[in-house]
Order: sequence, then C-alpha cells, then structure tokens
Amino acid sequence: MSARVDVRKTYKLYIGGKFPRSESGRSYEVLAAPTGRRATPRFLANAAMGSRKDARDAVVAARKAQPGWAGATAYNRGQVLYRVAEVMEGRRAQLVQDVRDSEGLTPARAEAVVSAAIDRWVWYAGWADKYAQVLGGLNPVAGPYFDISAPEPTGVVAVLAPQASSLLGLVSVVAPVVVSGNTCVVLASEDRPLPAIDLAECLATSDVPGGVVNVVTGRTAEVAPWLASHRDVNAIDLTGAADAAGVEWGDLELAAAENLKRVLRPGGSGPEAVEPDFDAVPDLSRLTAFLETKTVWHPKGR
Amino acid sequence: MPTFEYAPAPESRAVVDIASSHGLFIGGEFVEATGGKPFKTLNPATEEVLSEVSEATADDVDAAVRAARSAYTRVWSRMSGADRGKYLYRIARIIQERARELAVLETLDNGKPIKESRDVDIPLVAAHFFYHAGWADKLSYAALGENPRPVGVVGQVIPWNFPLLMLAWKVAPALACGNTVVLKPAETTPLTALLFAEICQQAELPAGVVNIVTGAGATGQAIVDHPGIDKLAFTGSTGVGKMIARSISGTRKKATLELGGKGANIIFDDAPVDQAVEGIVNGIFFNQGHVCCAGSRILVQENVADEVVRRLKRRLTTLRIGDPMDKNTDVGAINSRAQLQRIEELTAAGSQEGAERWDSGCELPSTGYWFRPTVFTDVSQSHRVAQEEIFGPVVSVLTFRTPGEAVAKANNTPYGLSAGIWTEKGSRILWMADQLRAGVVWANTFNKFDPTSPFGGYKESGYGREGGRHGLEAYVKTGSDQ
Repeated sequence: MSARVDVRKTYKLYIGGKFPRSESGRSYEVLAAPTGRRATPRFLANAAMGSRKDARDAVVAARKAQPGWAGATAYNRGQVLYRVAEVMEGRRAQLVQDVRDSEGLTPARAEAVVSAAIDRWVWYAGWADKYAQVLGGLNPVAGPYFDISAPEPTGVVAVLAPQASSLLGLVSVVAPVVVSGNTCVVLASEDRPLPAIDLAECLATSDVPGGVVNVVTGRTAEVAPWLASHRDVNAIDLTGAADAAGVEWGDLELAAAENLKRVLRPGGSGPEAVEPDFDAVPDLSRLTAFLETKTVWHPKGR
Repeated sequence: MPTFEYAPAPESRAVVDIASSHGLFIGGEFVEATGGKPFKTLNPATEEVLSEVSEATADDVDAAVRAARSAYTRVWSRMSGADRGKYLYRIARIIQERARELAVLETLDNGKPIKESRDVDIPLVAAHFFYHAGWADKLSYAALGENPRPVGVVGQVIPWNFPLLMLAWKVAPALACGNTVVLKPAETTPLTALLFAEICQQAELPAGVVNIVTGAGATGQAIVDHPGIDKLAFTGSTGVGKMIARSISGTRKKATLELGGKGANIIFDDAPVDQAVEGIVNGIFFNQGHVCCAGSRILVQENVADEVVRRLKRRLTTLRIGDPMDKNTDVGAINSRAQLQRIEELTAAGSQEGAERWDSGCELPSTGYWFRPTVFTDVSQSHRVAQEEIFGPVVSVLTFRTPGEAVAKANNTPYGLSAGIWTEKGSRILWMADQLRAGVVWANTFNKFDPTSPFGGYKESGYGREGGRHGLEAYVKTGSDQ
C-alpha cells in the first residue's frame, strides 16, 4: 500500500478576519531553519508576500474593529482571549511542527516553546479585567472634586513581530497589545512566518472579532516603512526590527514622528537592536506602552 | 440697578527686585554665557524692558549637562530618597514663603493677571514640590515596575504660558526620582525660573542638580541634541514636539511631550446655562487663552445655542481687561508681539472663511499687547478657527444635535488633550467621557489642575503624563531597562 499523499496548507495573509492572498499576487519561499543535517534548506511553503496595499487594508480593518473591541467589557475580552489559548492547545501538533521547522528546534524544545506561548497567552488574557485597577485610580485632589484616572487603549498598533522567536515572541508582543482593547497589524517574522499564520488560524476559529489582529507576511524592510508613516496608526512596536534585513529602526521611528506615534523601541543599547529573551518572565511594560491615561474630573456638591 | 465702577487696585511691585542682567545657572552658580547674544525680556503689558538675559550657546548647554551629570553620579543618584525629599520640602516651603514675590514677578514677565499668578500658578507650584517631595522615598510602592531607579540627566524645555508652574511640573518629579536636570525656560518668560535658581541656592540644593539655561530655539535644540541627555521633557507646540521626536529617533533618549490642543467644551441643553457660561469663560479666557488644554471649541446643543451665545456675550462684556497687576483684572496681556500676530492672523482667517466674528468691544491699553475676548459663531469644522490652536482669547462656537454627533465633532481633530462636558445627566457624562479621545475630561467644570492628577494628551497632543503616580513613570527606569 502506498503512502497517502498529504494535503498541504496554503499560507495566506490574515486581514479583517479573512485569509486573502496578497493583492500583489506575490509569494516567497519559506525554508526550514538549517539544522546541520541537511546541505540544502528544506522548502516549507510559499507564503504570501504582503505589499503596501495589503498593509493599508490591514490598517483599515484594524481601525474598523477597534471601537467594538475596546468597547467590549474587560471580562468579555478576557474570555475571548482565553479561548484563543484553548484553540492553540487544540492545534498544538501543528504549532509544534511549524515552530520546530521554522526555528530548527528539537521536538522537545519545540514542545516547550509552544507550551510557553500558550501559557503566556493565558497570562496576558487574565490581565484584561485587572490592569485598569492596578494602573488607574482615584486622585486625591485638593478640592471638592471626584477625580479619576483610568487607562485606555491607544488605538491601532503596528507590530513588527520578532524575527527569531516565531511563536513565543509573536505571542509576547501581540497579546499585550490587544488585551487592553487595541487592534493591531502584525508584520510576521520575515523568514519564519508560518507560526504567525497558524496563530491567525487560532484567532479566526476562536471568538476574536475579525480585524482585531491582522497578520501580514512578507519583507519587513518593504512593508514596515508604510506602517511607520501611516497616519491612521497610533503606535508602533519595533521589536522585530532587530535582525530584520535592511531595516534601520531609527528610520522607522523618524517616520513615526510625523503623527507622534507611540514608539516601543527594540531591545538593546545604542543604535544596536537586539531581540529580547522571550523565555524571561514578562512584566507590564508591553501592555502599558500602548495605553493612554484619561483623567476625568467632576465637582462634588449637594 | 446701579452699577459700581471698580477703583484701581494695583498690587505693589516693590516686593521684587529685578537685576538688570542675568547669567546662566550652572553647577549651583550664576555664570556668564560664553558668547551668545543677550536678549531682553519685556513686560508685555507695558513693553517695558525688565531685564537682559543671557543666551546659552551649545558650549553653555554642554557645561550645564556636565554639571548635571557630575551632580547625578556623585551626589543625587546616591542620596537616599528621604534626603532628596527633604530638599524638595525645603523648596516647597521657600516657594510658599516667597509666594508674593514670585507671583508679582510672574505677572510682570508674563502678562497674566496677578489674581491668577497669586491664586493659581504659585500655590500650585508649591503644591507640586510638596507632593513630589513625599514620593522620593516611596517609589518602590508606586507600581512603576521592579527596582525603579533614576534615568539620569533630564533636559527640560518649557513654555511661556505658565512659566514657573511648568518648571514645577518638570523639576519636581525629576528630582524626586533621583534625576538631575538642565532646564530651559521660554525666552519671553525667563525671570521666575532664574529666581527659582536662587531658591535652589537658599535650599542648599547640591550644586548641579538643577541647571537653568536661558535662550530661544537654538538653545533648546542644543539640549535635545546633547548626547549626555538621557531623557527629554517638553511642553510646547505640536510642531516643535514633532521636531524633538524626529531629533531623538534612533537614539535611546526617552521623551515626554505635552503639546497643543483644540479642546471641545460640550454644552448639552439640560446644563445650567449660567454655570456652563462661567465654564466656557474659564475654559478659554483664563490666562488669556494661553492654555494648551483650553476649551477653544464650544460645541453647544442646537436648541440652546442662541441662548448660550447670548449669555456668553453678555458675560464677556463684564470681563475686565487691562493692567495685569490690578487685582480686579480678569484678562491680562498677550505674552508677546509674535503671539499677538499669530492670534490676529488666525482670527482674520476666521472672518475670511465666513465665520461670524464678535468681540467684547472693551477699551484696551495704549501700550503693550492686547486682544479682546472674541467669539466666532457660524463656524464649520473645516474652518481654521475650528482646527488650529489659536492660543489666545478666542473661542469658536459649533452646534450639534445628538450626543453621538457631539462626540464625532469633538474627536475630529488631530489633537487630544482636553474636553469639557456640561450636562446634569450622570450617565451621559460617563458615556461621553468614555467616548472622548482626550487625556483630561472636565465634567461640569473646566481647567482644574492638581499635582495628584495625571495630565497629558492623546494623539498629536503628545505622550506621557505629568502629575500623580503616572507622572513618575517618565522619570524612572525599571526591571531590565538599560
């Protein structure tokens, strides 16, 4: 009996809850990370090579989804995001395979990375209805006023996903952005985009509304400048500028100044950009980077 | 009903003694500048020269940054929080003791009414130092992250509308968190910052912890560009804020920017009209409208628009415009000729674009820079007077029918600093407050400030917060921050 011919997946973009090909019609070869045993890199898939227009479409989808997502109750957002972790657990085998191929990991290490990614998603999901109490509160002003400060989402955030850590890193940058009610356009790891599309499939099959997370695969150097200069993007996370071919994060920050985007700079010191160690226990800094504080005053009186 | 004339009630200026020239305050001493062109600072109400002030060159800025770095490494970052706090308490007390002197000097140099500098600016300055003094030894309780520690040397550039208050907003949290500062006051209002330098000396603040360099844009740019600066704090125009954001792109300098605004003050038909009118007046005519969070756009519900505008105009005819040193004055002088020209240009554009212009018709003094309280009606959203920050005593009136329309119009601006809501309906206040994209929302009040209350903008009104626990975040690094 001959071996079954498997049905392979087409890896596409994820925009507005749908999986379109790039409007440019382009794709690029995604290769497995070299593991030392093979002389020539193994072909994994043809990924969509996203264009400027794809990025702009993704911003439109993110903007459209933002008020509804921010307007959902924190409890609801927390449950919806927790559901994503459930779906990730259900798709563990696929995630492990793609992380293993993409990052050149041993099976055991790939399992551990996927576990950490799911756990991190759960950790951030749990913050949905807690961070506002930790970060906001009553201000004891010197007068007869009720005065309260509370965090709110910044809006639409462009995220350059880490180049090396294709799933754990990706989760570590996306979850803190969306948990507070932001929506985002994620530029996936250029050479390791497959786990990002897997995550998109998890999002699409959970209850996350379309447009809350949009994933564009392709060349970081080509697409990132359009996101950095986009006037309807409120903030940009430059984490994935580290080790992205042909990308100077300072240029992206310069473009972002045009509408005073909130910029999360890449790790490292000086001009050098270094991808953070995503195995480290996170703190709230990635969440707070994409929050605004609103202060509301009202007089007290009889 | 008989009307009573106000007799003049001038505040005495004998309490201040203004030196004819001022050096720079670097390393705890007043020093000569190294070759910049000295400039004059005027009383904008009289155009009288108050003093000559030094222009700090890039070399002077460098000396100031080195003094700040030395004070940071050797003294201030090593000092216990409790001791840092005690210096700030001393400063707060000296400000209270010298409050009248500071108020008079502020009014002379800025043109704002003495009742505002005396009752608002200077008390808030003292309160800011007092408040932050207490934080200095409690930073680990402030939920800022693990192991909060100072950022280093902070460059601070402040505007002319609340000269000493903006200094306090910048210096107090920076020092409380263990940073040292190089601060540049605005070129038209440097005098209270220089008097603050003397207060630092009286408090025996260690030399170099606070350095004050005077000058205009070039001096500010030298601070922004100096490689020894770890963090920048700027309050001023959105244009300059963007220049700063560009200047520091690709560096590791942190920044907080508190920029322009075009705040909407929204009046619903159930609001008590007289209170709302007082709120409008306070929102845009306080401090001659030289307020970044001013309520410069009135959005009034259509069915009460005529009534509100009629009562507003009647109220404006009772405002007293003139000598800022008179204790009865409500609206003082425009801070500079340049600002007056900008207000004149934008209001001319308002008339040209077809908005209906009205002013109170009051008499203005013959010298100095003045502008009558002005109201534009028949304003559409695309008019320049509805879009651009005028930074003067000029308000534009637009109308709306539904709360949703009010929100859409209020948010239809690149800015996002402040907003006001006037209605008796509590649930509507809370709904509106949620919808408005603005850092500060005043409901049934306006233009209230407090050291415990975070202040700052959304969108192109800048980023970062000043005041309260939140304001400390910009002045510390935590966890693994380098």
